[in-house]
Amino acid sequence: MKLLLVGEYREGRLLDTTAELLGFAAAISGDASLFLVGSAEAVPAFSGTLYLADAKVYGEYNPEVHKQLLLKAVQEENPDLVVFVHSSYGWDLAPRVAASLKLAQVSEVIGFAGNAYEVGCCNAKMHRNVTPLTSKAVITIQAGAFPALQVEGTPSVKVLSTDAASTTEFMGYEPAEARDVNLAKAEIVVSAGRGIGKKENIELIRSLAKAFGGELGASRPVVDAGWIDHGHQVGSTGQTVTPKLYVACGISGSIQHLAGMKKSGFILAINKDKDAPIGEVADVLVVADLLQFVPALTAKLS
Amino acid sequence: MKILVCIKQVPDMESHFRPNGSATWFDESDLAFRMNEYDEYAVEEAVRLKEQLGGAPEITVLSIGPDRVIEAIKKALAIGCDCAVHIKEPDVASKEPWQIASMIAAYARSKQFDLVFTGMQSQDRGSAQVGVLVAELLGIPSTTTLVGFAWADGVVTATRELEGGVKSKVRLKTPALVTCQLGLNSPRYPTLPNIMKARKKEITTLQAGELSSEKPLTGSAAFRHPEKRGSGVVLEGSVDELVEKVLVILKDKTAVLR
Repeated sequence: MKLLLVGEYREGRLLDTTAELLGFAAAISGDASLFLVGSAEAVPAFSGTLYLADAKVYGEYNPEVHKQLLLKAVQEENPDLVVFVHSSYGWDLAPRVAASLKLAQVSEVIGFAGNAYEVGCCNAKMHRNVTPLTSKAVITIQAGAFPALQVEGTPSVKVLSTDAASTTEFMGYEPAEARDVNLAKAEIVVSAGRGIGKKENIELIRSLAKAFGGELGASRPVVDAGWIDHGHQVGSTGQTVTPKLYVACGISGSIQHLAGMKKSGFILAINKDKDAPIGEVADVLVVADLLQFVPALTAKLS
Repeated sequence: MKILVCIKQVPDMESHFRPNGSATWFDESDLAFRMNEYDEYAVEEAVRLKEQLGGAPEITVLSIGPDRVIEAIKKALAIGCDCAVHIKEPDVASKEPWQIASMIAAYARSKQFDLVFTGMQSQDRGSAQVGVLVAELLGIPSTTTLVGFAWADGVVTATRELEGGVKSKVRLKTPALVTCQLGLNSPRYPTLPNIMKARKKEITTLQAGELSSEKPLTGSAAFRHPEKRGSGVVLEGSVDELVEKVLVILKDKTAVLR
């Protein structure tokens, strides 16, 4: 199977996730070529064809321009599968390419069997298999689902250019906010999720964190609701933590949250929903009303 | 100015899901449905823009599905949308992103909307495709995953959420489509007077088959609970028993409790 992998490049740097595309290509035993809006001075190690457009000319991500460049690579390479990472770049660009070519798109792939791709659904609580009904297809792979692979070699570079007009003007990046809470170094992190129900109940979780001698974390909905500040957020848009003990209180376990904590030494989850996806990574899932369980546990620890 | 907001009705994510007869999707019986969370931010942002412009823009809210989606439509009307389009499709679960986007584009093509708001993805399907596909089918610029939105003089300035807390700022001219990320704003709850007022707002019903006859580009099968990867234990019982059990396990399996 011929694959065209869509690498990511930002502010003069190849993103690490590009190695996961190579990992996917190896897993599916595909014959891979690579597309990149990057730099000729720093081409990645790779032994196939590299379709390269100059980032100095075509800039940081620009949907219409990058789409036209990628369509040129697709036309020349004629791949069976165009593969993106399911990232802010991939989920934005992939449907544009799929629409232009009227190809099936399968989003956020975590596995495959034959030509069926396994994906999560219902907030990652359930899985299903999606099969493209077009002879060629576009997919995005979930970040972290396929192990990164470092390869060697020097690519044969084909330079791409386009005079496509930009429809979106890139203004700049805003760096991540400074964090006043360093969860990355904590041995114990006790996190609050949406299941706590209301802002006041943060204090129950804070007390448990204190009783454990750990730091207080939170899932995204709790931060979005303004119940706690962003510095406490665990997950792919917050901090990645690897404590010896992670306690998830009322956290259902979105993919983004799991990405930020699944490598913890021991995971204790408290949730009233027995099917919550947090159960997939938890060493112990306590099925209980956390408003009763958490204070009882805190009292025993203190 | 004319604004379109596309919303989806999805099951409560805390539901217990079971496969339907063919295991292509979930069995709908016993499920409670609500507005897709991402779409709540889309509705709120559209209503805020209307307020910013002194009420001038007309906001149309659109949803595809069986009659149950009217409940989500009514909520959007109560929050501040002006009128609604219900694209009637009894078997909406069998329609995949390309078909859904084709229906929306077929409806919107002649309507000259200046701005289209959608959620960045649905909570159940999670493909993150429909919004961008609609924009591509309409031939208008789009941007995704918004955590910041501003409009002035026909230009949208959007803040996109990237990875690791980094954001990017982009500008695009209307007509344009934007997809909304969680946290873009604080969606309001409809008030009782507004719920009453919304009852008088017009809901136009269109038949899906009359808008688009596009064939599916993907098939779905084997809807299931994920295979459990870990060796985790599930504990149930009274709170006191649970606390005792958890403490024993933590002392045994972790070095953090002594």
